[in-house]
Amino acid sequence: MKELLIIAVGSALVNNVVLSQFLGICPFLGVSKKIDTAAGMGGAVIFVITIASFFTSLIYQFILVPTGFEYLQTIVFILVIAALVQFVEMFLKKAMPPLYNALGVYLPLITTNCAVLGVALTNVQKEYNLIQGVVNGFATAVGFTIAIVIMAGVREKTEHNDITESFQGTPIVLLTAALMSIAFFGFSGII
Amino acid sequence: MNNCTERLYNGLIKENPTFVMMLGMCPTLAVTTSAINGIGMGLSTTVVLVLSNMLISMLRKIIPDSVRMPAFIVVVASFVTMVQFLLEGFIPSLYSALGLYIPLIVVNCIILGRAESYASKNPVLPSIFDGLGMGLGFTFGLTCIGIVRELIGSGKVFGFQIMPSIYEPITIFILAPGAFLVLAFLVAGRNKIMKKLEAKGKEVPKTQGCAEGGCASCSGCDGKVFPTGQDKE
Repeated sequence: MKELLIIAVGSALVNNVVLSQFLGICPFLGVSKKIDTAAGMGGAVIFVITIASFFTSLIYQFILVPTGFEYLQTIVFILVIAALVQFVEMFLKKAMPPLYNALGVYLPLITTNCAVLGVALTNVQKEYNLIQGVVNGFATAVGFTIAIVIMAGVREKTEHNDITESFQGTPIVLLTAALMSIAFFGFSGII
Repeated sequence: MNNCTERLYNGLIKENPTFVMMLGMCPTLAVTTSAINGIGMGLSTTVVLVLSNMLISMLRKIIPDSVRMPAFIVVVASFVTMVQFLLEGFIPSLYSALGLYIPLIVVNCIILGRAESYASKNPVLPSIFDGLGMGLGFTFGLTCIGIVRELIGSGKVFGFQIMPSIYEPITIFILAPGAFLVLAFLVAGRNKIMKKLEAKGKEVPKTQGCAEGGCASCSGCDGKVFPTGQDKE
Protein backbone atom coordinates (compact mmCIF):
# COMPACT_ATOMS: atom_id res chain seq x y z
CA MET A 1 0.00 0.00 0.00
CA LYS A 2 2.80 2.36 0.98
CA GLU A 3 4.57 1.52 -2.25
CA LEU A 4 1.46 2.35 -4.30
CA LEU A 5 1.13 5.68 -2.51
CA ILE A 6 4.74 6.52 -3.34
CA ILE A 7 4.14 5.68 -7.00
CA ALA A 8 0.98 7.81 -7.02
CA VAL A 9 2.54 10.89 -5.42
CA GLY A 10 5.65 10.46 -7.53
CA SER A 11 3.86 10.47 -10.86
CA ALA A 12 1.16 13.00 -9.97
CA LEU A 13 3.32 15.71 -8.41
CA VAL A 14 7.05 15.04 -8.40
CA ASN A 15 7.45 13.85 -11.99
CA ASN A 16 4.45 15.73 -13.31
CA VAL A 17 3.69 14.43 -16.77
CA VAL A 18 3.40 17.87 -18.40
CA LEU A 19 5.70 20.06 -16.37
CA SER A 20 8.67 17.78 -15.99
CA GLN A 21 8.25 15.05 -18.61
CA PHE A 22 6.83 17.21 -21.43
CA LEU A 23 4.22 14.67 -22.47
CA GLY A 24 0.81 15.90 -23.56
CA ILE A 25 1.99 19.41 -24.35
CA CYS A 26 -0.53 19.72 -27.20
CA PRO A 27 -3.74 19.63 -25.16
CA PHE A 28 -1.97 21.47 -22.34
CA LEU A 29 -1.43 24.47 -24.63
CA GLY A 30 -4.52 24.04 -26.77
CA VAL A 31 -7.39 23.22 -24.39
CA SER A 32 -6.40 25.38 -21.41
CA LYS A 33 -8.28 28.59 -22.24
CA LYS A 34 -11.17 27.98 -19.81
CA ILE A 35 -11.36 26.09 -16.52
CA ASP A 36 -14.50 24.12 -17.59
CA THR A 37 -13.00 22.77 -20.79
CA ALA A 38 -9.69 22.12 -19.05
CA ALA A 39 -11.45 20.10 -16.37
CA GLY A 40 -13.40 18.21 -19.06
CA MET A 41 -10.19 17.38 -20.88
CA GLY A 42 -8.62 16.33 -17.58
CA GLY A 43 -11.56 14.02 -16.87
CA ALA A 44 -11.31 12.44 -20.30
CA VAL A 45 -7.56 11.94 -19.90
CA ILE A 46 -7.96 10.32 -16.47
CA PHE A 47 -10.59 7.99 -17.92
CA VAL A 48 -8.60 6.98 -21.01
CA ILE A 49 -5.16 6.69 -19.40
CA THR A 50 -6.47 4.54 -16.53
CA ILE A 51 -8.23 2.16 -18.92
CA ALA A 52 -5.32 2.20 -21.38
CA SER A 53 -2.72 1.44 -18.71
CA PHE A 54 -4.88 -1.45 -17.48
CA PHE A 55 -5.20 -2.98 -20.95
CA THR A 56 -1.61 -2.39 -22.02
CA SER A 57 -0.26 -3.90 -18.77
CA LEU A 58 -2.60 -6.84 -19.22
CA ILE A 59 -1.54 -7.41 -22.83
CA TYR A 60 2.14 -6.96 -22.04
CA GLN A 61 2.21 -9.32 -19.07
CA PHE A 62 -0.13 -12.03 -20.25
CA ILE A 63 0.39 -12.04 -24.03
CA LEU A 64 3.66 -10.40 -25.04
CA VAL A 65 5.92 -11.72 -22.25
CA PRO A 66 4.78 -15.39 -22.37
CA THR A 67 5.09 -15.48 -26.17
CA GLY A 68 8.42 -13.63 -26.19
CA PHE A 69 7.16 -10.76 -28.33
CA GLU A 70 8.21 -7.95 -25.95
CA TYR A 71 9.95 -6.11 -28.77
CA LEU A 72 6.59 -5.48 -30.44
CA GLN A 73 5.46 -3.36 -27.48
CA THR A 74 5.49 0.01 -29.27
CA ILE A 75 3.46 -1.23 -32.24
CA VAL A 76 0.98 -3.16 -30.11
CA PHE A 77 0.51 -0.36 -27.57
CA ILE A 78 -0.17 2.38 -30.12
CA LEU A 79 -2.74 0.25 -31.96
CA VAL A 80 -4.40 -0.86 -28.72
CA ILE A 81 -4.62 2.75 -27.52
CA ALA A 82 -6.02 4.02 -30.82
CA ALA A 83 -8.61 1.26 -30.95
CA LEU A 84 -9.44 1.67 -27.27
CA VAL A 85 -10.10 5.40 -27.54
CA GLN A 86 -12.49 4.87 -30.41
CA PHE A 87 -14.17 1.97 -28.67
CA VAL A 88 -14.59 4.00 -25.47
CA GLU A 89 -16.09 6.82 -27.50
CA MET A 90 -18.63 4.54 -29.18
CA PHE A 91 -19.44 2.78 -25.90
CA LEU A 92 -20.01 6.04 -24.04
CA LYS A 93 -22.18 7.37 -26.85
CA LYS A 94 -24.49 4.34 -26.64
CA ALA A 95 -24.39 3.50 -22.95
CA MET A 96 -23.78 6.72 -21.04
CA PRO A 97 -24.93 9.74 -23.04
CA PRO A 98 -24.49 12.26 -20.18
CA LEU A 99 -20.85 11.27 -19.68
CA TYR A 100 -20.37 11.27 -23.46
CA ASN A 101 -21.73 14.80 -23.67
CA ALA A 102 -19.30 15.92 -21.00
CA LEU A 103 -16.17 14.17 -22.31
CA GLY A 104 -17.02 13.22 -25.89
CA VAL A 105 -15.46 16.14 -27.74
CA TYR A 106 -12.13 15.61 -26.00
CA LEU A 107 -11.86 11.88 -26.61
CA PRO A 108 -10.67 11.96 -30.25
CA LEU A 109 -7.99 14.48 -29.28
CA ILE A 110 -6.48 11.95 -26.90
CA THR A 111 -5.34 9.39 -29.46
CA THR A 112 -2.53 11.69 -30.49
CA ASN A 113 -1.74 12.54 -26.87
CA CYS A 114 1.73 11.17 -26.27
CA ALA A 115 1.03 10.92 -22.53
CA VAL A 116 -1.10 7.80 -23.06
CA LEU A 117 1.63 5.91 -24.90
CA GLY A 118 4.19 7.41 -22.52
CA VAL A 119 2.46 5.93 -19.47
CA ALA A 120 2.12 2.51 -21.11
CA LEU A 121 5.83 2.47 -21.92
CA THR A 122 6.84 3.78 -18.48
CA ASN A 123 4.89 0.93 -16.88
CA VAL A 124 6.95 -1.54 -18.87
CA GLN A 125 10.23 0.29 -18.31
CA LYS A 126 9.79 0.44 -14.54
CA GLU A 127 8.53 -3.16 -14.45
CA TYR A 128 5.28 -2.29 -12.69
CA ASN A 129 2.77 -5.11 -12.17
CA LEU A 130 -0.86 -4.73 -13.18
CA ILE A 131 -2.03 -2.87 -10.04
CA GLN A 132 1.04 -0.63 -9.90
CA GLY A 133 0.59 0.12 -13.60
CA VAL A 134 -3.03 1.17 -13.18
CA VAL A 135 -2.17 3.31 -10.13
CA ASN A 136 0.69 4.91 -12.05
CA GLY A 137 -1.60 5.62 -15.01
CA PHE A 138 -4.34 7.10 -12.85
CA ALA A 139 -1.88 9.27 -10.87
CA THR A 140 -0.15 10.50 -14.02
CA ALA A 141 -3.51 11.54 -15.44
CA VAL A 142 -4.43 13.27 -12.18
CA GLY A 143 -1.13 15.15 -12.43
CA PHE A 144 -2.06 16.20 -15.96
CA THR A 145 -5.47 17.41 -14.76
CA ILE A 146 -3.92 19.41 -11.90
CA ALA A 147 -1.50 21.09 -14.30
CA ILE A 148 -4.06 21.90 -17.01
CA VAL A 149 -6.67 23.23 -14.54
CA ILE A 150 -4.13 25.48 -12.79
CA MET A 151 -2.95 26.69 -16.20
CA ALA A 152 -6.55 27.45 -17.26
CA GLY A 153 -7.08 29.41 -14.04
CA VAL A 154 -3.98 31.48 -14.68
CA ARG A 155 -4.96 32.05 -18.31
CA GLU A 156 -8.42 33.27 -17.35
CA LYS A 157 -6.78 35.85 -15.10
CA THR A 158 -4.16 37.00 -17.60
CA GLU A 159 -6.55 37.11 -20.55
CA HIS A 160 -7.11 40.86 -20.37
CA ASN A 161 -3.60 41.80 -19.29
CA ASP A 162 -1.55 44.14 -21.39
CA ILE A 163 1.00 41.77 -22.88
CA THR A 164 3.69 42.78 -25.39
CA GLU A 165 2.47 42.04 -28.88
CA SER A 166 4.95 39.32 -29.78
CA PHE A 167 4.34 37.51 -26.47
CA GLN A 168 0.57 37.28 -26.91
CA GLY A 169 -0.88 33.80 -27.29
CA THR A 170 1.44 30.82 -27.02
CA PRO A 171 4.62 32.52 -25.71
CA ILE A 172 2.95 33.88 -22.57
CA VAL A 173 1.40 30.44 -21.94
CA LEU A 174 4.85 28.89 -22.20
CA LEU A 175 6.27 31.47 -19.79
CA THR A 176 3.46 30.61 -17.34
CA ALA A 177 4.31 26.93 -17.80
CA ALA A 178 7.96 27.70 -17.01
CA LEU A 179 6.97 29.38 -13.73
CA MET A 180 4.61 26.52 -12.86
CA SER A 181 7.36 24.05 -13.62
CA ILE A 182 9.67 25.87 -11.19
CA ALA A 183 6.91 25.71 -8.56
CA PHE A 184 6.48 21.96 -9.11
CA PHE A 185 10.20 21.51 -8.48
CA GLY A 186 9.30 22.17 -4.87
CA PHE A 187 7.63 18.76 -4.71
CA SER A 188 10.86 16.94 -5.45
CA GLY A 189 11.72 16.82 -1.74
CA ILE A 190 8.57 14.85 -0.84
CA ILE A 191 9.84 11.40 -1.73
CA MET B 1 16.10 16.16 -59.70
CA ASN B 2 14.97 19.77 -59.31
CA ASN B 3 11.96 18.53 -57.45
CA CYS B 4 14.21 16.79 -54.92
CA THR B 5 16.35 19.84 -54.09
CA GLU B 6 13.15 21.85 -53.81
CA ARG B 7 11.91 19.30 -51.22
CA LEU B 8 15.15 19.62 -49.24
CA TYR B 9 14.89 23.42 -49.25
CA ASN B 10 11.24 23.19 -48.27
CA GLY B 11 12.00 21.00 -45.25
CA LEU B 12 15.11 22.81 -44.09
CA ILE B 13 13.98 26.43 -44.45
CA LYS B 14 10.60 27.21 -45.94
CA GLU B 15 8.54 24.82 -43.81
CA ASN B 16 11.10 24.11 -41.09
CA PRO B 17 9.21 21.88 -38.63
CA THR B 18 10.64 23.50 -35.50
CA PHE B 19 10.89 27.19 -36.29
CA VAL B 20 8.15 27.70 -38.87
CA MET B 21 5.55 24.97 -38.43
CA MET B 22 6.02 24.38 -34.67
CA LEU B 23 5.52 20.63 -34.99
CA GLY B 24 6.77 17.93 -32.64
CA MET B 25 6.96 20.07 -29.53
CA CYS B 26 7.20 17.19 -27.04
CA PRO B 27 10.68 16.01 -28.09
CA THR B 28 11.72 19.60 -28.79
CA LEU B 29 11.17 20.48 -25.15
CA ALA B 30 12.27 17.21 -23.64
CA VAL B 31 15.57 16.20 -25.21
CA THR B 32 17.26 19.53 -25.93
CA THR B 33 19.16 19.63 -22.63
CA SER B 34 22.38 19.40 -24.64
CA ALA B 35 23.36 19.88 -28.27
CA ILE B 36 24.42 16.25 -28.69
CA ASN B 37 21.04 14.96 -27.46
CA GLY B 38 19.33 17.33 -29.89
CA ILE B 39 21.35 15.96 -32.81
CA GLY B 40 20.76 12.37 -31.70
CA MET B 41 17.00 12.82 -31.45
CA GLY B 42 16.90 14.77 -34.72
CA LEU B 43 18.84 12.14 -36.65
CA SER B 44 16.81 9.24 -35.20
CA THR B 45 13.64 11.03 -36.28
CA THR B 46 15.18 11.70 -39.71
CA VAL B 47 15.94 8.00 -40.24
CA VAL B 48 12.40 7.02 -39.28
CA LEU B 49 10.95 9.80 -41.43
CA VAL B 50 12.94 8.87 -44.56
CA LEU B 51 12.24 5.14 -44.25
CA SER B 52 8.55 5.53 -43.45
CA ASN B 53 8.06 8.09 -46.23
CA MET B 54 9.77 5.68 -48.64
CA LEU B 55 7.71 2.66 -47.67
CA ILE B 56 4.42 4.54 -47.50
CA SER B 57 5.06 6.09 -50.88
CA MET B 58 5.80 2.62 -52.33
CA LEU B 59 2.64 1.21 -50.81
CA ARG B 60 0.45 4.21 -51.58
CA LYS B 61 -1.50 2.39 -54.32
CA ILE B 62 -1.88 -0.80 -52.30
CA ILE B 63 -3.14 0.57 -48.98
CA PRO B 64 -6.91 1.10 -49.11
CA ASP B 65 -7.90 4.63 -48.19
CA SER B 66 -10.15 3.59 -45.32
CA VAL B 67 -7.42 1.81 -43.34
CA ARG B 68 -4.55 4.12 -44.21
CA MET B 69 -4.11 5.57 -40.69
CA PRO B 70 -3.59 2.23 -38.90
CA ALA B 71 -1.36 1.11 -41.78
CA PHE B 72 0.79 4.27 -41.50
CA ILE B 73 1.03 3.82 -37.74
CA VAL B 74 2.19 0.21 -38.06
CA VAL B 75 4.83 1.21 -40.65
CA VAL B 76 6.11 4.09 -38.50
CA ALA B 77 6.07 2.03 -35.29
CA SER B 78 8.05 -0.78 -36.97
CA PHE B 79 10.80 1.60 -38.07
CA VAL B 80 10.85 3.26 -34.66
CA THR B 81 11.32 -0.14 -33.02
CA MET B 82 14.22 -0.89 -35.39
CA VAL B 83 15.88 2.46 -34.67
CA GLN B 84 15.40 1.87 -30.96
CA PHE B 85 17.22 -1.48 -31.07
CA LEU B 86 20.00 -0.09 -33.28
CA LEU B 87 20.58 2.78 -30.83
CA GLU B 88 20.49 0.39 -27.87
CA GLY B 89 23.05 -1.84 -29.55
CA PHE B 90 25.47 0.66 -31.03
CA ILE B 91 25.10 4.00 -29.16
CA PRO B 92 24.00 2.97 -25.64
CA SER B 93 24.95 6.35 -24.14
CA LEU B 94 22.52 8.18 -26.44
CA TYR B 95 19.92 5.46 -25.89
CA SER B 96 19.94 6.01 -22.15
CA ALA B 97 19.98 9.82 -22.53
CA LEU B 98 16.92 9.84 -24.80
CA GLY B 99 15.17 7.00 -22.97
CA LEU B 100 11.39 7.07 -23.26
CA TYR B 101 11.42 9.63 -26.06
CA ILE B 102 12.73 7.17 -28.66
CA PRO B 103 9.59 4.98 -28.75
CA LEU B 104 7.55 8.18 -28.54
CA ILE B 105 8.85 9.15 -32.01
CA VAL B 106 5.79 7.14 -33.15
CA VAL B 107 3.41 9.86 -31.99
CA ASN B 108 5.53 12.71 -33.35
CA CYS B 109 3.18 14.84 -35.45
CA ILE B 110 5.83 15.44 -38.12
CA ILE B 111 6.04 11.81 -39.21
CA LEU B 112 2.33 11.00 -39.53
CA GLY B 113 1.78 14.50 -40.92
CA ARG B 114 4.28 13.99 -43.76
CA ALA B 115 2.99 10.48 -44.45
CA GLU B 116 -0.55 11.78 -44.74
CA SER B 117 0.09 15.02 -46.59
CA TYR B 118 3.02 14.10 -48.87
CA ALA B 119 4.21 10.51 -49.04
CA SER B 120 0.77 9.01 -49.60
CA LYS B 121 0.26 11.17 -52.68
CA ASN B 122 3.70 11.39 -54.34
CA PRO B 123 6.26 9.11 -56.02
CA VAL B 124 9.04 7.43 -54.06
CA LEU B 125 12.06 9.63 -54.81
CA PRO B 126 10.51 13.02 -53.93
CA SER B 127 9.00 11.42 -50.81
CA ILE B 128 12.44 10.26 -49.66
CA PHE B 129 13.84 13.74 -50.15
CA ASP B 130 10.80 15.26 -48.46
CA GLY B 131 11.49 13.06 -45.43
CA LEU B 132 15.20 13.92 -45.55
CA GLY B 133 14.52 17.66 -45.77
CA MET B 134 11.96 17.66 -42.97
CA GLY B 135 14.16 15.44 -40.80
CA LEU B 136 17.25 17.60 -41.30
CA GLY B 137 15.16 20.70 -40.63
CA PHE B 138 14.00 19.12 -37.37
CA THR B 139 17.59 18.12 -36.49
CA PHE B 140 18.74 21.70 -37.22
CA GLY B 141 16.02 23.12 -34.96
CA LEU B 142 16.72 20.74 -32.08
CA THR B 143 20.49 21.31 -32.33
CA CYS B 144 20.09 25.10 -32.25
CA ILE B 145 17.87 24.94 -29.16
CA GLY B 146 20.22 22.37 -27.60
CA ILE B 147 23.25 24.64 -28.17
CA VAL B 148 21.49 27.63 -26.57
CA ARG B 149 20.33 25.65 -23.53
CA GLU B 150 23.66 23.88 -23.03
CA LEU B 151 25.62 27.13 -23.40
CA ILE B 152 23.53 29.06 -20.86
CA GLY B 153 22.85 26.12 -18.56
CA SER B 154 26.31 24.60 -18.30
CA GLY B 155 28.67 26.92 -20.19
CA LYS B 156 29.52 24.20 -22.71
CA VAL B 157 28.69 23.33 -26.30
CA PHE B 158 28.93 19.66 -27.38
CA GLY B 159 30.66 19.06 -24.05
CA PHE B 160 33.46 21.57 -24.72
CA GLN B 161 33.89 24.44 -22.28
CA ILE B 162 33.04 27.67 -24.13
CA MET B 163 32.23 30.20 -21.45
CA PRO B 164 35.14 31.57 -19.34
CA SER B 165 35.46 29.95 -15.94
CA ILE B 166 34.20 33.15 -14.28
CA TYR B 167 30.76 32.44 -15.79
CA GLU B 168 28.37 30.86 -13.31
CA PRO B 169 26.11 28.44 -15.28
CA ILE B 170 22.38 29.09 -14.90
CA THR B 171 21.49 25.47 -14.25
CA ILE B 172 17.74 26.01 -14.60
CA PHE B 173 18.17 26.22 -18.39
CA ILE B 174 19.03 22.54 -18.62
CA LEU B 175 16.20 21.61 -16.24
CA ALA B 176 12.52 21.40 -17.15
CA PRO B 177 11.55 25.09 -16.65
CA GLY B 178 14.37 26.18 -18.96
CA ALA B 179 12.78 24.27 -21.83
CA PHE B 180 9.52 26.21 -21.53
CA LEU B 181 11.42 29.48 -21.11
CA VAL B 182 13.59 29.01 -24.22
CA LEU B 183 10.61 27.91 -26.30
CA ALA B 184 8.57 30.92 -25.13
CA PHE B 185 11.25 33.30 -26.38
CA LEU B 186 11.61 31.30 -29.58
CA VAL B 187 7.90 31.52 -30.40
CA ALA B 188 7.86 35.22 -29.47
CA GLY B 189 10.80 35.87 -31.80
CA ARG B 190 9.08 33.93 -34.56
CA ASN B 191 5.89 35.98 -34.06
CA LYS B 192 7.88 39.19 -34.36
CA ILE B 193 9.64 38.14 -37.57
CA MET B 194 6.40 36.87 -39.13
CA LYS B 195 4.65 40.16 -38.31
CA LYS B 196 7.44 42.06 -40.07
CA LEU B 197 7.25 39.80 -43.11
CA GLU B 198 3.48 40.17 -43.19
CA ALA B 199 3.81 43.95 -43.06
CA LYS B 200 6.07 43.77 -46.11
CA GLY B 201 3.33 41.89 -47.90
CA LYS B 202 5.11 38.55 -48.06
CA GLU B 203 3.29 35.27 -47.84
CA VAL B 204 3.56 33.93 -44.30
CA PRO B 205 3.41 30.20 -43.58
CA LYS B 206 1.06 29.37 -40.72
CA THR B 207 1.91 27.28 -37.72
CA GLN B 208 0.20 23.93 -37.76
CA GLY B 209 1.16 22.09 -34.67
CA CYS B 210 0.58 22.20 -30.99
CA ALA B 211 1.34 25.89 -30.67
CA GLU B 212 -2.04 26.71 -32.15
CA GLY B 213 -3.85 24.00 -30.23
CA GLY B 214 -4.60 22.00 -33.33
CA CYS B 215 -3.70 18.61 -31.91
CA ALA B 216 -6.13 16.80 -34.11
CA SER B 217 -4.60 18.42 -37.18
CA CYS B 218 -1.34 16.59 -36.45
CA SER B 219 -2.63 13.23 -37.46
CA GLY B 220 -4.88 14.63 -40.14
CA CYS B 221 -7.65 12.30 -39.14
CA ASP B 222 -9.39 14.06 -36.25
CA GLY B 223 -8.12 11.33 -33.99
CA LYS B 224 -10.18 8.71 -35.78
CA VAL B 225 -7.51 6.14 -36.52
CA PHE B 226 -9.79 3.28 -37.40
CA PRO B 227 -12.50 3.88 -39.97
CA THR B 228 -16.03 4.09 -38.64
CA GLY B 229 -19.31 4.55 -40.39
CA GLN B 230 -19.47 8.15 -39.24
CA ASP B 231 -16.49 9.17 -41.36
CA LYS B 232 -18.42 8.69 -44.55
CA GLU B 233 -21.12 11.16 -43.69
